Amino acid sequence: MAVTVETVEQVQALDKYKYGFVTEIETDTAPKGLGEDIVRFISAKKNEPQWLLDWRLKAYRHWLTMPEPEWAKVQFPPIDYQDAYYYSAPKSPDDAPKSLDEVDPKLLETYEKLGIPLREQEKLAGVAVDAVFDSVSVATTFKKNLEEVGVIFCSISEAVQKHPELVRKYMGSVVPYGDNKHSCLNSAVFTDGSFVYIPKGVRCPMELSTYFRINAENTGQFERTLIIADEGSYVSYLEGCTAPMRDEHQLHAAVVELIALDDAEIKYSTVQNWYPGDEDGKGGIYNFVTKRGACRGRNSKISWTQVETGSAITWKYPSCILQGDNSVGEFYSIAITNNRQQADTGTKMIHLGKNTRSRIIAKGISAGRSDSTYRGLVRISAKAEGARNFTQCDSLLIGDRCGAHTVPYIESKNRNAILEHEATTSRISEDQLFYCRQRGIPEEDAVALVVNGFCREVLQQLPMEFAVEAQKLVGISLEGSVG
Amino acid sequence: MTDAFTDHFGALRDHFPGQDLPWLAELRDRGLQRFAESGLPTPRLESWKYTSLRPIEKVDFAATGVPRACVSIDQAPSLLPDHTDCHRLVFVDGHLRRDLSQLGDLPAGAKLLPLSEQLAADPDWLQTHLDRLDDSQLPPMLALNTAMMMNGFVLHLTRGTVLPHPVEVVHLGGAGDAPLAYHPRNLVVLEEGSQATLIEHFSHMGEQAYLSNSMTEASVGAGAILRHYKLQADALNAFHLATVEAEIGRDATYDSFVMTTGARLSRNETSVRLNGEGATCHLNGAYLVRGEQHCDNTTVVDHLVPNTTCREVFKGVIDDKARAVFQGKLKVHRDAQHTNGHQLSKVLLLSDRAEIDAKPELEIYADDVVCSHGATAGDLDHDALFYLRARGIPEAEARAMLIEAFLGESIDQIAAEGLCPALMTSIGHWLADSRREV
Repeated sequence: MAVTVETVEQVQALDKYKYGFVTEIETDTAPKGLGEDIVRFISAKKNEPQWLLDWRLKAYRHWLTMPEPEWAKVQFPPIDYQDAYYYSAPKSPDDAPKSLDEVDPKLLETYEKLGIPLREQEKLAGVAVDAVFDSVSVATTFKKNLEEVGVIFCSISEAVQKHPELVRKYMGSVVPYGDNKHSCLNSAVFTDGSFVYIPKGVRCPMELSTYFRINAENTGQFERTLIIADEGSYVSYLEGCTAPMRDEHQLHAAVVELIALDDAEIKYSTVQNWYPGDEDGKGGIYNFVTKRGACRGRNSKISWTQVETGSAITWKYPSCILQGDNSVGEFYSIAITNNRQQADTGTKMIHLGKNTRSRIIAKGISAGRSDSTYRGLVRISAKAEGARNFTQCDSLLIGDRCGAHTVPYIESKNRNAILEHEATTSRISEDQLFYCRQRGIPEEDAVALVVNGFCREVLQQLPMEFAVEAQKLVGISLEGSVG
Repeated sequence: MTDAFTDHFGALRDHFPGQDLPWLAELRDRGLQRFAESGLPTPRLESWKYTSLRPIEKVDFAATGVPRACVSIDQAPSLLPDHTDCHRLVFVDGHLRRDLSQLGDLPAGAKLLPLSEQLAADPDWLQTHLDRLDDSQLPPMLALNTAMMMNGFVLHLTRGTVLPHPVEVVHLGGAGDAPLAYHPRNLVVLEEGSQATLIEHFSHMGEQAYLSNSMTEASVGAGAILRHYKLQADALNAFHLATVEAEIGRDATYDSFVMTTGARLSRNETSVRLNGEGATCHLNGAYLVRGEQHCDNTTVVDHLVPNTTCREVFKGVIDDKARAVFQGKLKVHRDAQHTNGHQLSKVLLLSDRAEIDAKPELEIYADDVVCSHGATAGDLDHDALFYLRARGIPEAEARAMLIEAFLGESIDQIAAEGLCPALMTSIGHWLADSRREV
């Protein structure tokens, strides 16, 4: 109940997109457009070794030959790749700040408006925050604590300098540069992102977190995240996004690669709340993300949890390749679309090893004139003896102008595998609404309550701090969908 | 392959039924043109993602052939225990064999005749029904069928006519002296309040490979009931592609069951448009495949108006290196409130090399609906098997019992009396053959 009351307060206070503001900070920006010179510019700016530049150029040349993917159930005008900036970094005197005190005060203010005061989080939440402001990491905290146990948590550009052998070994090993058009572009022009390495047998002492934020106008943001969990280790990683309001579409093509070796476990949670555009579908972020995890080792586990409420267009399929015997893949998702948002999201579970298990719980909620699609693949290869999959996709429709679609692909080549798939589509039960309203709960509030109940299974998977935020988001995202 | 069909078209042009009708000649030309543009469908097309027609391309089909195998009336199989009263049409290699057929006594208001005769008697009535080429999403095989359509049957019931006995249409293939490709075209029109049961039986008698590319169009008027059942037991070197397009009116019912045991490669593509309030369709099916067979069941159900219902259950058994595909799409259009749509695919994989590819799809644009789909795949339930074996039943027999029970459940749904035992028998034969091989 407390959460519901808070949701209502927030909805009332909310005239415009809460996080819609632009911080004015000088940026060091590459010229507009895309070309080999831009790729070289980015690589030079980051002082990268030759092999990485070669890799970027190879990706760029391949990207030129790739057609736009058109199979997703989303519609948007063709993207003008030349009409965007591919590099912008907050300008600071000399190098990056040494401590939080040296961070641009305006930046800190931005975080405060977003509700993530770094210092408070440092003390209270015990969360290490690697804040990506535009494209370069400006503050990394709690490093010391992590260093003591040997965990490497830094920006990917730093990792390229300090741990080139790890980056070179694993980057592109889960998502090859030519995987799809968007990931290929990312491979060519990625600017920054996070790098995590958990050494053998280490249980990461805190939840790692990155807050992303698109700031400079017209800057596509291309993060690259690489997480490696060595034998017997465990890490929980949180990713959350908010973006300021603006008119022109922005392209966001991130790549996330996870690698879990023997007995390792990675838990990756996302709350995505990029600017969704206004009621008429003007503006908003194009969120084209390639996320994939490889369970390379025996008994390894990768778990994706996502709450997708923002973006004009979401195109995202966090997947698991279950190579190791007895490995486990999980996907828990809530996708909420309102107004004219379009979301095409789902997962792929590729079962290769023996006794691999996967579980998919996807909840889609559509309101307004939006469209939400679950698109998923479960593939059991001939060698995946005793593989097991359970899939449940539920859709909830609010209003008669929206759409909810389910497109699962189920391929099994093994008799000893057991697959189950269930999907339902319905609308909020009149009885439940009536029951709430009879007890004096306003309609909008009642809807938030019912929807939170509908999403419960997924919300429970989120770490505590995130769960509260996500519950609020569910309410805010559906604002204006009732009545 | 496109060239081969174009050659056939040239060779057969003057022998097609109704070739003296200018509109039909023009329609055939347009059909061929549309087919030439698209060619045979490939897995690059989303709706053909899991089915490749390459094996068809390897066969050198002849345009015409001379029947070699001899058929007598008692050799033409029937699925009904007593078929003296039923209306029978027998086609051999796509051609009607009047000597084997028996139209029987049709009630007033009922018409059952070969397409060629309908073309001779009343071509204008057919014109509107045969031209389906305007669709921008035109399936390539339908374009080919339109160009090359040969003989088929026309069943037309006027308002309130009820056929007391089923119509049985038997297709026998492989009787010629060369591999043949033929394209039957059928039309079923049930006007308001009429009722009919239509049973199609595909079988074979010769050794030759053959390709049957049929198109059946059904229009079920307000309050009418069409029961449409099919057993496809074609030869294991045959190719069977069947398209059914049905349009269901207000309070009308379309009850369909498709059973597949035959053909090297088969595809049943059924699309149903529910466009009257209260319209209901049941799309059920069962299949048993083994060896290198490939069986594809693809359905599209469009809920266009409020208060329509669809229930769909497909059950399959896959053995050896066989592969089955189930693609079901359920589309609820805007304003089609109170739609009730359910879809289920259940599969037993009996061997380590068997494969199932399922794609149950929901596309929903209305909010007050109840829709669901489910899909399962796996081996026989080990507990059930153990239970039977613990009671002294040998494993092979126990497996056969469980498979029979698994499929029998869906066969029990069939409303045509007399047909169920024949289908159960064909399951029994299939299982017996499997056991003999082991």
